[in-house]
Amino acid sequence: MKGNEAIAEAALRAGANNYFCYPITPQTEVAEYLARRMPEVGGVFLQGESELAVANMLFGAASTGKRCFTTSSSPGISLMQEAISYMAGAQLPCVIVNIMRGGPGLGGILPAQSDYYQAVKGGGHGDYRLPVLAPSSIQEAVDLTMLAFHIADKYRNPAMVVGDGMIGQMMEAVEFPEKYIEPPLPPKDWAATGAKGRDPHIIKSLFLDPVALEKNSQVLHEKYEQMKRDEVRFENYSVSPENEALIVAYGTMARICQTAIDELGSEGISAGLLRPITLFPFPEKQIYDEASKKNIKAVLVVEMSMAQMFEDVERAVVGKKPVHFFGRTGGIVPTPEEVMSAVRRSLGAESGAKRPRKKS
Amino acid sequence: MSQYAATFAGFGGQGVLTAGQLLAYSGMKEGKQVAWIPSYGPEMRGGTAYCTVVVSEVRIGSPIIRNPQCACVFNRPSFDKFVPWIRPGGLLVVNSSLIDVTTDRTDISEILVPANDIAMQAGSVKALNIVMLGAFVGASNVVSFKTAKAIVQEKMGAKREWLPINLKALEEGFKLAVDSGKTKVKA
Repeated sequence: MKGNEAIAEAALRAGANNYFCYPITPQTEVAEYLARRMPEVGGVFLQGESELAVANMLFGAASTGKRCFTTSSSPGISLMQEAISYMAGAQLPCVIVNIMRGGPGLGGILPAQSDYYQAVKGGGHGDYRLPVLAPSSIQEAVDLTMLAFHIADKYRNPAMVVGDGMIGQMMEAVEFPEKYIEPPLPPKDWAATGAKGRDPHIIKSLFLDPVALEKNSQVLHEKYEQMKRDEVRFENYSVSPENEALIVAYGTMARICQTAIDELGSEGISAGLLRPITLFPFPEKQIYDEASKKNIKAVLVVEMSMAQMFEDVERAVVGKKPVHFFGRTGGIVPTPEEVMSAVRRSLGAESGAKRPRKKS
Repeated sequence: MSQYAATFAGFGGQGVLTAGQLLAYSGMKEGKQVAWIPSYGPEMRGGTAYCTVVVSEVRIGSPIIRNPQCACVFNRPSFDKFVPWIRPGGLLVVNSSLIDVTTDRTDISEILVPANDIAMQAGSVKALNIVMLGAFVGASNVVSFKTAKAIVQEKMGAKREWLPINLKALEEGFKLAVDSGKTKVKA
């Protein structure tokens, strides 16, 4: 199945029957697929007049407690930031999928990971975070999309799935669970479902009383702290005590690093990969632990962007080991060969090469 | 062969993406790991289109394949672009109906398939991509002919009047490749 279609089907199977969208490459197949599928399950498919409208439709649908989502790509996601901040402030669960392309500005349409900061550090205004899930295969795009709905409901917070254009466009084999089962969730006793016979539920992000606003921010903060405790997800590849280099990469980039690691192995260079699956909460403790191992000489962050996640890795490593960066952007996807020479450079094994960035 | 990558390239409308998809489905049916990666980007009508299919017995790492074991080229621009990329020992399948040159590389095997002509004889020139797929299967053995045939039936069976044409196209392409005697390809 194509990544975009797999994400669409996964959302449906997670019970998300309300979808709002505005077309943009490279994720338009999600909308194409759902335009056909939504009527079959009696759901809502609505193409808005703009991303602003779409994000506010999401706000409305989320207020009713129904599972709802949208998909877009980088510039479209930028347009949605106001409503995303409002939803975080009003504690509304929904899922936003960003199939990232190169930026900034209108950028290009080819795969990139340049929205890391936007996804992980806020994007909109105010003291809020989004749980951010980053699949590296089509199967994982399915699994994480379904999980995103659960996390959104569990924490009453918008959740984001970020894939690069490769995840959206590629086809791989996928399996959907026969029946979608998820751990129990608290009842949505906050939802606006009609106030007949009870007091109205008020859903808002406006708190003119500074004490009330601070309290709201503290409630949000506590949720994000809980996410840091309970929701960190990552995967190790070829991680062993022999590793001289630790690579940190996510999404499609992580797969390219896997191939690079395999080939480096045949040259006698031992490297391991720690792949963050959640970008927020970030597996910083795990990265610290791996980087601290005796044999590790260098940590290399590889991105399809310009040293964004690099900062989080640097922060996690807290100066224990040198942290290097290699990345391509603008829609250029690094090859395994490029990653291999970046690893050699960071180990000082490639002569005449300059170290891209260093902190020790 | 633990991992095999093939690129299908031509101009928009020749069915290169579909041919690649059918190969991916065939690999999947045989229980292998598969990935189908299209070229996507700003493109004009009639412009170039290509996809790379990876069929693997192990987990597929990088979906970006710079040097595939095989290129199936449907038109001249694809020939010029992709022939240099084929891995030494690899395979080149040429649509000789539209491409009037042959490669001067001596480290790959080349098979010439007059795909447009064979497709026309099978009933429609539109089936040229299936002829090319058949030739690829015959020359590479990456998936079995039986599997490819079953997939064509399964995925293209809805257009009933087209199915016999497509099956004929697949078989003719396959036969040509087998008869050309270049069935042994180093993976």
